[in-house]
Amino acid sequence: METLRSPWPVLDPPYDEPSYRSTALRAPKRPLILLPHHLTERHGPVLGQGGVGAADADLTRQHAGEPIGQRIVVAGRVLGSDGRPVAGQLVEIWQANAAGRYAHSVDRHPAPLDPNFTGVGRCVTGADGSYRFVTILPGAYPWANHDKAWRPAHIHFSLFGRAFTERLVTQMYFPGDPLQPHDPILQAVREPAARQRLIAAYDIGLTEGEWALGYRWDIKIGGHLGTPTEEWVP
Amino acid sequence: MTPSQTAGPFLAIGVAWMEAERLVDPAAPGAVRIHGRVLDGAGQPVPDAVIEIWQADAVGRFPPEAPWSGFGRSLTDAAGRFRFVTVRPAALPSPEGPEAPHIDVSIFARGLLQRLVTRIYFPDEVAANGADPVLRSIADGAARRSLVAVAEADGSLRFDVHLQGPEETAFFAY
Ligand SMILES: [Fe+2]
Repeated sequence: METLRSPWPVLDPPYDEPSYRSTALRAPKRPLILLPHHLTERHGPVLGQGGVGAADADLTRQHAGEPIGQRIVVAGRVLGSDGRPVAGQLVEIWQANAAGRYAHSVDRHPAPLDPNFTGVGRCVTGADGSYRFVTILPGAYPWANHDKAWRPAHIHFSLFGRAFTERLVTQMYFPGDPLQPHDPILQAVREPAARQRLIAAYDIGLTEGEWALGYRWDIKIGGHLGTPTEEWVP
Repeated sequence: MTPSQTAGPFLAIGVAWMEAERLVDPAAPGAVRIHGRVLDGAGQPVPDAVIEIWQADAVGRFPPEAPWSGFGRSLTDAAGRFRFVTVRPAALPSPEGPEAPHIDVSIFARGLLQRLVTRIYFPDEVAANGADPVLRSIADGAARRSLVAVAEADGSLRFDVHLQGPEETAFFAY
């Protein structure tokens, strides 16, 4: 049996990544089969219409009090591989609190929960593909992967492009985090330039005086093997 | 392009709000129950996965023409089980010949640095499945059969996802 490696090693991390232990029993071992882009793959769901309000994009105002932590704005644009905006589409995020603890029952990290922070947000992109969240800077947190394993600060992002092939779940990191070179999940992206695409930039334009630091993160999503450009008509 | 990263162990907090296991009412005409388990390479249930489905409607339409989302999302339980109620999509034309009714599937979990993509086919569509260009492209019979759901005595369809092992499900690059 040949070892499975993803056919796009330059961009996406492989399924089988020995330095990330959870892949050991979950990465498929057989070669992937090429799925042609037919009608089901060329279409995709349009989500979030009607079910997402402005309050869902401000993670600091979901409870009676304000969460502890450095208040931040995270904003950018969601673009397809052709550079065109992904407009009117759902963006979902989730993250740890400032102490590095998730509001999830299986998170056993002995850091405090914040009664004023759930760490879950969503919004719908504008006509130009823009999104904007207000939240707090997530803390680093330990995990059991290896000795002294700590995840660099990150926010999980779930994105729907314009087609099934453009569905993407990923993580956004913060600039200058010393934990990044030690993180097997980030480092599983082998190509340094591709890794850099996961790291937001401090943005003074998004920063609000006496209120919040701003980070810009633009997301470019596309089918791994190329986004269909010519429409096939049956 | 922005690379993929794992959804991690806590994805449920981010995506549970839009859990969508019933694409149609179970009492609606043509409603089909599809369920299964996600199992790892040791045969153990995967309790922290999210399964999403995407499909045409019964006459082959997608949004915005179709009067529904065509999208489902189920979070696996402690036994690795997920479940949907949907309708059988229409067969669809393709440049390589008609595609049998099928549902596209994404699997997200801790330990998956990218989503896994597979397809669900219907066991009673023997002729259509035999002519389906995607199934025909799979040389290995066991891999091909792994994409066809199993009819249960109660009328539901079972589609187990084996991430690894002798019954490993066929997964796609796309
Ligand atoms: Fe995380």
